Amino acid sequence: MKPKYTIAVTGLNNTDNPGPGVPVIRALREAKDFDVRIIGLVYENLEPGIYMDNIADKIYQIPYPSAGADNLINRIKYIHSKENLQVIIPNFDAELFTFMKSEDVLKSMGIATFLPTIKQFEERHKSVLPKYGKKYGLDIPESKNITNLVEVSKLDTEFEYPVLVKGKFYDAYLAYNEQQVTEHFNKISAKWGIPVIIQQFVKGTEVNVVALGDGKGNTIGAVPMRKQYITDKGKAWGGITLTDEKLLEITHDLIRKTKWRGGMELEIIKTNDGKYYIIEINPRIPAWVYLAVGAGQNLPEALVKLALGEDVIPFKNYSAGKMFIRYSYDIIGDISQFEKLSITGEL
Amino acid sequence: MKIKKNIAVSESGFLFDSNSGDSYSLNETGKEIVKLISANKSEKEIKDYFLENYDVDEAIFENNFNDFLIMLQNLRLTE
Repeated sequence: MKPKYTIAVTGLNNTDNPGPGVPVIRALREAKDFDVRIIGLVYENLEPGIYMDNIADKIYQIPYPSAGADNLINRIKYIHSKENLQVIIPNFDAELFTFMKSEDVLKSMGIATFLPTIKQFEERHKSVLPKYGKKYGLDIPESKNITNLVEVSKLDTEFEYPVLVKGKFYDAYLAYNEQQVTEHFNKISAKWGIPVIIQQFVKGTEVNVVALGDGKGNTIGAVPMRKQYITDKGKAWGGITLTDEKLLEITHDLIRKTKWRGGMELEIIKTNDGKYYIIEINPRIPAWVYLAVGAGQNLPEALVKLALGEDVIPFKNYSAGKMFIRYSYDIIGDISQFEKLSITGEL
Repeated sequence: MKIKKNIAVSESGFLFDSNSGDSYSLNETGKEIVKLISANKSEKEIKDYFLENYDVDEAIFENNFNDFLIMLQNLRLTE
Protein backbone atom coordinates (compact mmCIF):
# COMPACT_ATOMS: atom_id res chain seq x y z
CA MET A 1 0.00 0.00 0.00
CA LYS A 2 1.30 3.43 -0.92
CA PRO A 3 1.82 6.03 1.82
CA LYS A 4 -0.31 9.17 1.70
CA TYR A 5 1.45 12.49 2.22
CA THR A 6 -0.12 15.84 2.99
CA ILE A 7 1.71 18.40 0.89
CA ALA A 8 1.20 22.16 0.84
CA VAL A 9 1.87 23.93 -2.44
CA THR A 10 1.93 27.64 -3.34
CA GLY A 11 1.71 29.27 -6.78
CA LEU A 12 -1.86 28.41 -7.77
CA ASN A 13 -2.03 31.47 -10.03
CA ASN A 14 -2.58 29.58 -13.26
CA THR A 15 -2.90 32.80 -15.25
CA ASP A 16 -1.14 34.04 -18.41
CA ASN A 17 1.87 34.51 -16.13
CA PRO A 18 1.50 31.14 -14.47
CA GLY A 19 2.91 30.00 -11.17
CA PRO A 20 4.20 26.43 -10.98
CA GLY A 21 1.65 25.30 -8.33
CA VAL A 22 -0.95 23.67 -10.57
CA PRO A 23 1.54 21.67 -12.70
CA VAL A 24 3.41 20.64 -9.53
CA ILE A 25 0.15 19.37 -8.03
CA ARG A 26 -0.74 17.50 -11.23
CA ALA A 27 2.67 15.84 -11.08
CA LEU A 28 2.21 14.88 -7.41
CA ARG A 29 -1.21 13.42 -8.11
CA GLU A 30 0.47 11.19 -10.70
CA ALA A 31 3.24 10.08 -8.32
CA LYS A 32 3.94 6.35 -8.56
CA ASP A 33 5.17 5.84 -5.04
CA PHE A 34 2.73 7.81 -2.90
CA ASP A 35 -0.75 9.30 -2.75
CA VAL A 36 -1.33 12.90 -1.76
CA ARG A 37 -3.65 15.23 0.03
CA ILE A 38 -2.94 18.67 -1.40
CA ILE A 39 -3.20 21.86 0.61
CA GLY A 40 -3.19 24.94 -1.62
CA LEU A 41 -1.57 28.01 -0.05
CA VAL A 42 -2.72 31.19 -1.78
CA TYR A 43 -2.19 34.94 -1.57
CA GLU A 44 -5.11 36.07 -3.74
CA ASN A 45 -8.76 35.04 -3.73
CA LEU A 46 -8.86 34.62 -7.49
CA GLU A 47 -5.89 32.35 -8.09
CA PRO A 48 -7.45 29.94 -10.62
CA GLY A 49 -6.03 26.81 -8.96
CA ILE A 50 -8.36 27.47 -6.00
CA TYR A 51 -11.39 26.77 -8.17
CA MET A 52 -10.01 24.06 -10.48
CA ASP A 53 -11.27 20.49 -10.03
CA ASN A 54 -8.93 17.87 -8.60
CA ILE A 55 -6.17 20.34 -7.80
CA ALA A 56 -6.27 21.26 -4.11
CA ASP A 57 -8.20 19.34 -1.45
CA LYS A 58 -8.23 22.37 0.82
CA ILE A 59 -7.20 26.00 0.42
CA TYR A 60 -5.71 28.38 2.98
CA GLN A 61 -4.74 31.98 2.49
CA ILE A 62 -1.27 32.92 3.68
CA PRO A 63 0.22 36.38 4.31
CA TYR A 64 2.41 38.04 1.68
CA PRO A 65 6.17 37.62 2.17
CA SER A 66 6.39 41.37 2.89
CA ALA A 67 4.43 40.74 6.13
CA GLY A 68 7.52 38.95 7.49
CA ALA A 69 8.55 35.43 8.43
CA ASP A 70 6.82 35.46 11.81
CA ASN A 71 3.40 36.09 10.31
CA LEU A 72 3.96 33.33 7.78
CA ILE A 73 5.10 30.84 10.41
CA ASN A 74 2.14 31.63 12.66
CA ARG A 75 -0.19 30.98 9.77
CA ILE A 76 1.63 27.76 8.83
CA LYS A 77 1.41 26.63 12.48
CA TYR A 78 -2.34 27.08 12.36
CA ILE A 79 -2.64 25.23 9.03
CA HIS A 80 -0.35 22.47 10.34
CA SER A 81 -2.53 22.03 13.43
CA LYS A 82 -5.48 21.36 11.13
CA GLU A 83 -3.80 19.40 8.35
CA ASN A 84 -0.63 17.79 9.73
CA LEU A 85 1.55 18.86 6.81
CA GLN A 86 4.49 16.65 5.84
CA VAL A 87 6.00 18.76 3.04
CA ILE A 88 5.72 22.33 1.76
CA ILE A 89 6.69 23.20 -1.82
CA PRO A 90 6.97 26.99 -2.22
CA ASN A 91 6.92 28.04 -5.86
CA PHE A 92 7.39 31.82 -5.98
CA ASP A 93 10.78 33.51 -6.19
CA ALA A 94 9.56 36.28 -3.90
CA GLU A 95 8.56 33.90 -1.07
CA LEU A 96 11.54 31.55 -1.25
CA PHE A 97 13.80 33.57 1.02
CA THR A 98 11.20 33.55 3.81
CA PHE A 99 10.72 29.80 3.49
CA MET A 100 14.47 29.14 3.36
CA LYS A 101 14.97 31.29 6.45
CA SER A 102 12.21 29.35 8.19
CA GLU A 103 13.49 25.92 7.15
CA ASP A 104 14.66 24.89 10.63
CA VAL A 105 11.50 26.12 12.32
CA LEU A 106 9.41 24.20 9.80
CA LYS A 107 11.60 21.14 10.34
CA SER A 108 11.09 21.34 14.11
CA MET A 109 7.35 21.32 13.42
CA GLY A 110 7.77 18.15 11.35
CA ILE A 111 7.38 19.88 7.98
CA ALA A 112 9.99 19.07 5.34
CA THR A 113 11.11 21.32 2.49
CA PHE A 114 13.76 20.81 -0.15
CA LEU A 115 15.08 24.23 -1.01
CA PRO A 116 18.38 25.74 -2.11
CA THR A 117 20.59 27.06 0.68
CA ILE A 118 20.55 30.82 1.25
CA LYS A 119 24.07 31.00 -0.25
CA GLN A 120 22.94 29.14 -3.38
CA PHE A 121 19.89 31.38 -3.61
CA GLU A 122 21.77 34.65 -3.13
CA GLU A 123 24.75 34.04 -5.40
CA ARG A 124 22.66 33.30 -8.51
CA HIS A 125 20.58 36.51 -8.30
CA LYS A 126 20.25 38.32 -11.62
CA SER A 127 22.09 41.28 -10.15
CA VAL A 128 25.25 39.21 -9.45
CA LEU A 129 25.03 36.68 -12.28
CA PRO A 130 28.25 37.74 -14.11
CA LYS A 131 30.24 37.10 -10.90
CA TYR A 132 28.53 33.71 -10.63
CA GLY A 133 29.54 32.93 -14.20
CA LYS A 134 33.19 33.67 -13.44
CA LYS A 135 33.12 31.57 -10.28
CA TYR A 136 31.60 28.49 -11.93
CA GLY A 137 32.99 28.86 -15.45
CA LEU A 138 29.75 29.74 -17.23
CA ASP A 139 29.14 32.10 -20.14
CA ILE A 140 26.91 34.92 -18.89
CA PRO A 141 26.05 38.11 -20.82
CA GLU A 142 27.51 41.32 -19.41
CA SER A 143 25.15 43.12 -17.06
CA LYS A 144 25.02 46.10 -14.76
CA ASN A 145 22.76 47.05 -11.87
CA ILE A 146 21.38 50.55 -12.00
CA THR A 147 19.58 52.38 -9.25
CA ASN A 148 18.75 55.73 -10.86
CA LEU A 149 18.06 57.39 -14.19
CA VAL A 150 21.39 59.26 -14.27
CA GLU A 151 23.08 55.96 -14.97
CA VAL A 152 20.86 55.33 -18.00
CA SER A 153 22.51 58.08 -20.03
CA LYS A 154 25.93 56.43 -19.56
CA LEU A 155 24.85 52.97 -20.70
CA ASP A 156 25.89 53.47 -24.33
CA THR A 157 29.54 53.60 -23.25
CA GLU A 158 29.32 50.09 -21.79
CA PHE A 159 26.63 48.34 -23.83
CA GLU A 160 25.53 48.08 -27.42
CA TYR A 161 21.82 48.52 -27.94
CA PRO A 162 19.52 46.64 -27.74
CA VAL A 163 19.77 45.73 -24.05
CA LEU A 164 17.46 43.85 -21.73
CA VAL A 165 15.99 45.76 -18.81
CA LYS A 166 15.13 43.36 -15.99
CA GLY A 167 13.46 43.49 -12.59
CA LYS A 168 15.26 41.78 -9.73
CA PHE A 169 12.52 39.15 -9.39
CA TYR A 170 10.43 39.27 -12.55
CA ASP A 171 9.91 41.14 -15.82
CA ALA A 172 12.31 41.69 -18.71
CA TYR A 173 11.95 44.14 -21.58
CA LEU A 174 14.06 44.72 -24.66
CA ALA A 175 15.13 48.35 -25.12
CA TYR A 176 16.64 49.79 -28.30
CA ASN A 177 17.57 53.23 -26.95
CA GLU A 178 17.98 55.36 -23.85
CA GLN A 179 14.38 56.51 -23.92
CA GLN A 180 13.06 52.96 -23.87
CA VAL A 181 15.43 52.02 -21.03
CA THR A 182 14.09 55.00 -19.03
CA GLU A 183 10.52 53.92 -19.68
CA HIS A 184 11.19 50.33 -18.58
CA PHE A 185 13.31 51.43 -15.61
CA ASN A 186 10.41 53.48 -14.27
CA LYS A 187 7.91 50.68 -14.76
CA ILE A 188 10.12 47.95 -13.28
CA SER A 189 11.47 49.95 -10.32
CA ALA A 190 7.91 50.95 -9.34
CA LYS A 191 6.87 47.29 -9.32
CA TRP A 192 9.92 45.39 -8.05
CA GLY A 193 12.15 48.08 -6.57
CA ILE A 194 15.80 48.67 -7.35
CA PRO A 195 18.31 47.69 -8.61
CA VAL A 196 17.10 47.31 -12.14
CA ILE A 197 19.39 45.09 -14.19
CA ILE A 198 20.69 46.05 -17.61
CA GLN A 199 21.84 42.97 -19.50
CA GLN A 200 23.53 42.77 -22.89
CA PHE A 201 21.07 41.29 -25.38
CA VAL A 202 22.39 38.08 -26.92
CA LYS A 203 20.81 37.04 -30.20
CA GLY A 204 19.89 33.40 -30.48
CA THR A 205 17.31 30.80 -29.52
CA GLU A 206 16.06 30.66 -25.95
CA VAL A 207 16.23 27.21 -24.45
CA ASN A 208 15.40 26.22 -20.90
CA VAL A 209 16.22 23.33 -18.59
CA VAL A 210 14.23 22.14 -15.59
CA ALA A 211 16.44 20.24 -13.17
CA LEU A 212 16.58 18.83 -9.67
CA GLY A 213 19.74 18.67 -7.59
CA ASP A 214 20.08 16.46 -4.50
CA GLY A 215 22.28 18.92 -2.58
CA LYS A 216 25.31 16.62 -2.85
CA GLY A 217 26.25 17.48 -6.42
CA ASN A 218 24.09 14.89 -8.16
CA THR A 219 21.52 15.75 -10.80
CA ILE A 220 18.40 13.73 -10.06
CA GLY A 221 16.76 14.77 -13.31
CA ALA A 222 17.02 17.35 -16.08
CA VAL A 223 14.89 18.01 -19.14
CA PRO A 224 15.70 20.68 -21.76
CA MET A 225 12.93 22.50 -23.61
CA ARG A 226 12.58 25.09 -26.32
CA LYS A 227 9.70 27.53 -26.17
CA GLN A 228 7.61 27.22 -29.32
CA TYR A 229 4.99 29.83 -28.53
CA ILE A 230 5.72 32.82 -26.32
CA THR A 231 3.19 35.22 -24.82
CA ASP A 232 3.65 38.97 -24.80
CA LYS A 233 4.91 38.53 -21.21
CA GLY A 234 7.65 36.24 -22.54
CA LYS A 235 6.07 33.16 -20.99
CA ALA A 236 6.05 29.80 -22.74
CA TRP A 237 2.60 28.92 -24.05
CA GLY A 238 3.96 25.91 -25.89
CA GLY A 239 7.25 24.06 -25.81
CA ILE A 240 9.05 20.92 -26.91
CA THR A 241 11.64 18.70 -25.22
CA LEU A 242 15.10 18.55 -26.79
CA THR A 243 18.03 16.15 -26.82
CA ASP A 244 20.70 18.86 -26.66
CA GLU A 245 23.64 17.13 -24.93
CA LYS A 246 25.46 20.40 -24.33
CA LEU A 247 22.52 21.78 -22.34
CA LEU A 248 22.51 18.69 -20.15
CA GLU A 249 26.27 18.91 -19.71
CA ILE A 250 26.00 22.56 -18.58
CA THR A 251 23.23 21.61 -16.14
CA HIS A 252 25.04 18.59 -14.64
CA ASP A 253 28.24 20.60 -14.35
CA LEU A 254 26.51 23.50 -12.58
CA ILE A 255 24.69 21.21 -10.14
CA ARG A 256 27.91 19.32 -9.41
CA LYS A 257 29.94 22.49 -8.79
CA THR A 258 27.31 24.27 -6.70
CA LYS A 259 25.87 21.16 -4.99
CA TRP A 260 22.50 22.63 -5.88
CA ARG A 261 19.66 21.56 -3.63
CA GLY A 262 16.10 21.54 -4.98
CA GLY A 263 14.41 22.46 -8.21
CA MET A 264 15.90 24.90 -10.68
CA GLU A 265 15.30 26.36 -14.09
CA LEU A 266 18.12 27.48 -16.34
CA GLU A 267 17.29 30.05 -18.99
CA ILE A 268 19.86 29.91 -21.75
CA ILE A 269 20.43 31.60 -25.11
CA LYS A 270 21.96 29.35 -27.73
CA THR A 271 23.65 31.47 -30.38
CA ASN A 272 23.95 30.57 -34.04
CA ASP A 273 27.65 29.85 -33.59
CA GLY A 274 26.86 27.26 -30.94
CA LYS A 275 27.60 29.19 -27.74
CA TYR A 276 25.38 28.89 -24.66
CA TYR A 277 24.82 31.98 -22.51
CA ILE A 278 22.99 31.58 -19.20
CA ILE A 279 20.66 34.53 -18.81
CA GLU A 280 18.85 33.47 -15.63
CA ILE A 281 18.88 30.79 -12.96
CA ASN A 282 15.53 30.42 -11.26
CA PRO A 283 15.82 28.71 -7.86
CA ARG A 284 12.62 26.71 -8.12
CA ILE A 285 10.59 24.43 -10.32
CA PRO A 286 9.25 26.32 -13.37
CA ALA A 287 5.61 26.46 -14.49
CA TRP A 288 6.33 24.17 -17.44
CA VAL A 289 7.49 21.30 -15.20
CA TYR A 290 4.57 19.12 -16.28
CA LEU A 291 6.32 18.75 -19.65
CA ALA A 292 9.16 16.97 -17.84
CA VAL A 293 6.58 14.66 -16.25
CA GLY A 294 5.12 13.97 -19.70
CA ALA A 295 8.63 13.26 -20.99
CA GLY A 296 9.26 10.68 -18.27
CA GLN A 297 10.74 12.56 -15.32
CA ASN A 298 8.36 13.28 -12.45
CA LEU A 299 10.64 15.82 -10.78
CA PRO A 300 8.09 17.06 -8.19
CA GLU A 301 7.64 13.44 -6.99
CA ALA A 302 11.41 13.08 -6.70
CA LEU A 303 11.63 16.41 -4.84
CA VAL A 304 9.10 15.23 -2.25
CA LYS A 305 11.06 12.01 -1.71
CA LEU A 306 14.29 13.98 -1.25
CA ALA A 307 12.51 16.29 1.21
CA LEU A 308 11.41 13.26 3.22
CA GLY A 309 14.94 11.87 3.28
CA GLU A 310 14.28 8.98 0.91
CA ASP A 311 16.87 7.70 -1.53
CA VAL A 312 16.14 8.74 -5.08
CA ILE A 313 17.71 7.08 -8.10
CA PRO A 314 18.56 9.70 -10.73
CA PHE A 315 16.51 9.66 -13.92
CA LYS A 316 18.55 8.49 -16.91
CA ASN A 317 16.20 9.16 -19.81
CA TYR A 318 13.37 11.26 -21.08
CA SER A 319 11.51 11.45 -24.39
CA ALA A 320 12.54 14.12 -26.88
CA GLY A 321 9.81 15.68 -29.01
CA LYS A 322 7.21 15.80 -26.21
CA MET A 323 5.22 19.01 -26.42
CA PHE A 324 3.10 21.06 -24.08
CA ILE A 325 0.43 23.47 -25.22
CA ARG A 326 -1.25 25.74 -22.67
CA TYR A 327 -4.83 26.82 -23.05
CA SER A 328 -7.26 29.10 -21.32
CA TYR A 329 -10.52 27.70 -20.04
CA ASP A 330 -13.41 29.25 -18.17
CA ILE A 331 -14.48 27.51 -15.00
CA ILE A 332 -17.63 28.51 -13.20
CA GLY A 333 -17.37 29.35 -9.53
CA ASP A 334 -19.90 30.67 -7.09
CA ILE A 335 -19.82 33.78 -4.96
CA SER A 336 -20.24 31.56 -1.89
CA GLN A 337 -16.77 30.08 -2.51
CA PHE A 338 -15.26 33.54 -2.88
CA GLU A 339 -17.16 34.67 0.23
CA LYS A 340 -15.91 31.73 2.32
CA LEU A 341 -12.30 32.29 1.30
CA SER A 342 -12.56 36.07 1.84
CA ILE A 343 -14.15 35.82 5.28
CA THR A 344 -12.46 32.75 6.76
CA GLY A 345 -9.25 32.55 4.73
CA GLU A 346 -10.04 28.88 4.00
CA LEU A 347 -11.97 26.93 1.40
CA MET B 1 27.66 14.07 -45.94
CA LYS B 2 25.69 12.51 -43.11
CA ILE B 3 22.35 13.34 -41.56
CA LYS B 4 22.86 14.12 -37.85
CA LYS B 5 21.86 11.31 -35.52
CA ASN B 6 19.33 13.47 -33.69
CA ILE B 7 17.26 13.93 -36.86
CA ALA B 8 14.13 11.82 -37.24
CA VAL B 9 12.15 11.58 -40.49
CA SER B 10 8.70 10.02 -40.47
CA GLU B 11 7.03 8.15 -43.32
CA SER B 12 4.98 11.28 -44.07
CA GLY B 13 8.15 13.30 -44.65
CA PHE B 14 8.03 15.20 -41.35
CA LEU B 15 11.57 15.93 -40.23
CA PHE B 16 12.25 16.67 -36.56
CA ASP B 17 15.56 17.96 -35.22
CA SER B 18 15.46 17.00 -31.54
CA ASN B 19 18.55 19.07 -30.80
CA SER B 20 17.01 22.39 -31.81
CA GLY B 21 13.31 21.54 -31.66
CA ASP B 22 12.87 22.66 -35.28
CA SER B 23 10.68 20.68 -37.65
CA TYR B 24 10.25 20.70 -41.44
CA SER B 25 8.02 19.12 -44.04
CA LEU B 26 9.79 17.33 -46.89
CA ASN B 27 8.17 16.63 -50.24
CA GLU B 28 8.46 13.16 -51.76
CA THR B 29 11.76 13.95 -53.49
CA GLY B 30 13.30 15.55 -50.40
CA LYS B 31 12.19 12.62 -48.28
CA GLU B 32 13.78 10.18 -50.69
CA ILE B 33 17.07 12.12 -50.78
CA VAL B 34 17.26 12.32 -46.99
CA LYS B 35 16.50 8.60 -46.76
CA LEU B 36 19.31 7.82 -49.24
CA ILE B 37 21.79 10.08 -47.39
CA SER B 38 20.82 8.37 -44.13
CA ALA B 39 21.52 5.02 -45.80
CA ASN B 40 25.09 6.28 -46.41
CA LYS B 41 24.67 6.56 -50.19
CA SER B 42 27.20 8.83 -51.88
CA GLU B 43 26.12 11.90 -53.86
CA LYS B 44 26.94 10.04 -57.07
CA GLU B 45 24.86 7.03 -56.04
CA ILE B 46 21.93 9.32 -55.22
CA LYS B 47 22.25 11.09 -58.57
CA ASP B 48 22.42 7.78 -60.44
CA TYR B 49 19.36 6.52 -58.58
CA PHE B 50 17.30 9.58 -59.55
CA LEU B 51 18.45 9.60 -63.17
CA GLU B 52 17.54 5.95 -63.45
CA ASN B 53 14.18 6.11 -61.73
CA TYR B 54 12.83 9.54 -62.67
CA ASP B 55 12.37 11.38 -65.93
CA VAL B 56 14.79 14.21 -65.14
CA ASP B 57 17.57 15.99 -67.00
CA GLU B 58 21.00 15.51 -65.36
CA ALA B 59 21.86 19.24 -65.21
CA ILE B 60 18.49 20.17 -63.72
CA PHE B 61 18.76 17.38 -61.14
CA GLU B 62 22.28 18.40 -60.15
CA ASN B 63 21.25 22.03 -59.71
CA ASN B 64 18.31 21.18 -57.51
CA PHE B 65 20.17 18.46 -55.65
CA ASN B 66 23.03 20.83 -54.79
CA ASP B 67 20.57 23.51 -53.65
CA PHE B 68 18.88 20.96 -51.42
CA LEU B 69 22.19 19.79 -49.91
CA ILE B 70 23.20 23.40 -49.19
CA MET B 71 19.85 23.95 -47.51
CA LEU B 72 20.34 20.86 -45.33
CA GLN B 73 23.79 22.18 -44.34
CA ASN B 74 22.49 25.69 -43.62
CA LEU B 75 19.78 24.27 -41.41
CA ARG B 76 22.49 22.31 -39.56
CA LEU B 77 20.84 19.00 -40.31
CA THR B 78 24.00 17.39 -41.60
CA GLU B 79 27.51 16.75 -40.32
